[in-house]
Amino acid sequence: MGDFSSETISHIDRHYIKTLLDNGERIDNRAFDEYRDIEIEIGPVEAKAEGSAIARLGGTSVIAGVKVLTGQPYPDTPDEGVTMVTAELSPIASPMFESGPPREDAIELARVVDRGVRESGTVDTKKLCIEEGKHVYLVFCDLYTLEYDGNLIDAASLAANAALLDTRFPELKLEDDELVETGKMMKVPLENMAIELTASKIGEHIVIDPHIREEMVQDCRLTMAIDEEDNFTALQKGGGVGPISIAKIEEAMDMGLARVKDLRKLVLEATSNKD
Amino acid sequence: MSPETKPDFLINPEGLRLDGRRPDEIRPTELEVGILKKADGSAMIKQGNTHILAAVYGPRELHPRHLTLNDRAYLRCEYRMATFSVPDRKRPAPSRREREISMVISNALEPALFLEEFPKAVVDVYIQVIQADGGTRCASINAASLALADAGIPMRSLVPAVAVGKADDKLLVDLGDMEDKYGGGDIPMAIIPRTEEITLLQQDGSFKKEELIEAIRMGINSCKYLHELQKEALKRAYAKRAPAEDDEEDEYEDDLETDLGESDLPEEED
Repeated sequence: MGDFSSETISHIDRHYIKTLLDNGERIDNRAFDEYRDIEIEIGPVEAKAEGSAIARLGGTSVIAGVKVLTGQPYPDTPDEGVTMVTAELSPIASPMFESGPPREDAIELARVVDRGVRESGTVDTKKLCIEEGKHVYLVFCDLYTLEYDGNLIDAASLAANAALLDTRFPELKLEDDELVETGKMMKVPLENMAIELTASKIGEHIVIDPHIREEMVQDCRLTMAIDEEDNFTALQKGGGVGPISIAKIEEAMDMGLARVKDLRKLVLEATSNKD
Repeated sequence: MSPETKPDFLINPEGLRLDGRRPDEIRPTELEVGILKKADGSAMIKQGNTHILAAVYGPRELHPRHLTLNDRAYLRCEYRMATFSVPDRKRPAPSRREREISMVISNALEPALFLEEFPKAVVDVYIQVIQADGGTRCASINAASLALADAGIPMRSLVPAVAVGKADDKLLVDLGDMEDKYGGGDIPMAIIPRTEEITLLQQDGSFKKEELIEAIRMGINSCKYLHELQKEALKRAYAKRAPAEDDEEDEYEDDLETDLGESDLPEEED
């Protein structure tokens, strides 16, 4: 996803974007390490979802909703709950998206965001266990793109993290083999929130938060999930087959490290009003 | 999660409904046109807790080609519910229910459109239910009709829609989720307001003939009210886009100066 380097873009546009970059400028007048305006709206699905958020990144917007269900744990992790992130490139979001079963790009989006949330230990799944081996909480975070104007991954990551922070669900306990509510509300045990940041390599330039037209001419992109201790917990090179040098990777990482705190602050601020 | 329990009554002794509405009162309804910038046309509806987005793309080339109609454009509606829009997580794949609703929505909207203007093309209408709290197919029609207008698809009329139903033997308009689940029937309907022709009519539950006729009359009245809301939403969207009178003039002057080369803007010359 975010991989429209194969979509048609005119040579004029291609040349224009590259020439601008050579002069140190971007098509929307941003600095190379500058994000578009970010807006996070909490609770658009207040009545039905346990948690929800819309993240807007310039003209890109993604909605995330969290549903909490109960079910059986996986046999290999009997004392752990389950978190899952899915994503859909709804055709509502762009003339480039079509209905039908998810294609590679949608699967990549879901998996990259899922890794950002899961592999980093963002959620302490041990705390999502009700009765070892029998009942655990299943936390589903589902993402739908609403408007696509470049860099869906970062918008999706912001929305997913905000929706998870917003989530409240009734605590359950086992009584006579039946699950009953204890009357308390639980939060998703977020321990170490990782935020995803994406940089594009275009020629010899690295730009963060690529615009849709930048994505169309990029050689490749690098998505980084960065946790609260500035550890990188996931990386994904995608969005084109162009190679990238170590020096450029380092440049992208520095840019990511410089910006991640701002993004994390925005997510925390947006969700801070909740109780 | 969020288990729902059957309410003791749907209409209280004072004759009011669960959310305090009168039987012939629709829920607070918010309509907004043009909220999705990528789409050719779009609209949002919030009707009580029901929240739906609709986007229109086209007229554009139709894929797969074997669906082509030689005398008119193909109106393709797709109604989808988000997994988190309902109390239990909905499975992501389109269900039979979603397919059927897509079809009836398309049939409800088509009579209002001049699709013969665009032979062989397709007009795609994508409907995404963000939060479902009853009456989603009707709310979808209300929003989709506005999105089609916003996309500039020639039309005879907007199409308003409402669900009429029954609870405790009283007819109610614009059913909420509880009234839909525990009430005695549901009649989703859509009309072309000027002629009062009905373009969508479905029913479940059990009604007497007189009841049905009265229900449809109530529905027509509510649809006419919704039609007014739709027209207002459309006007609001386009009034906003019209240039504001005083500020604009200054800007034109600036442009003129630039054109004449008299501006102070730094010029880049390498």
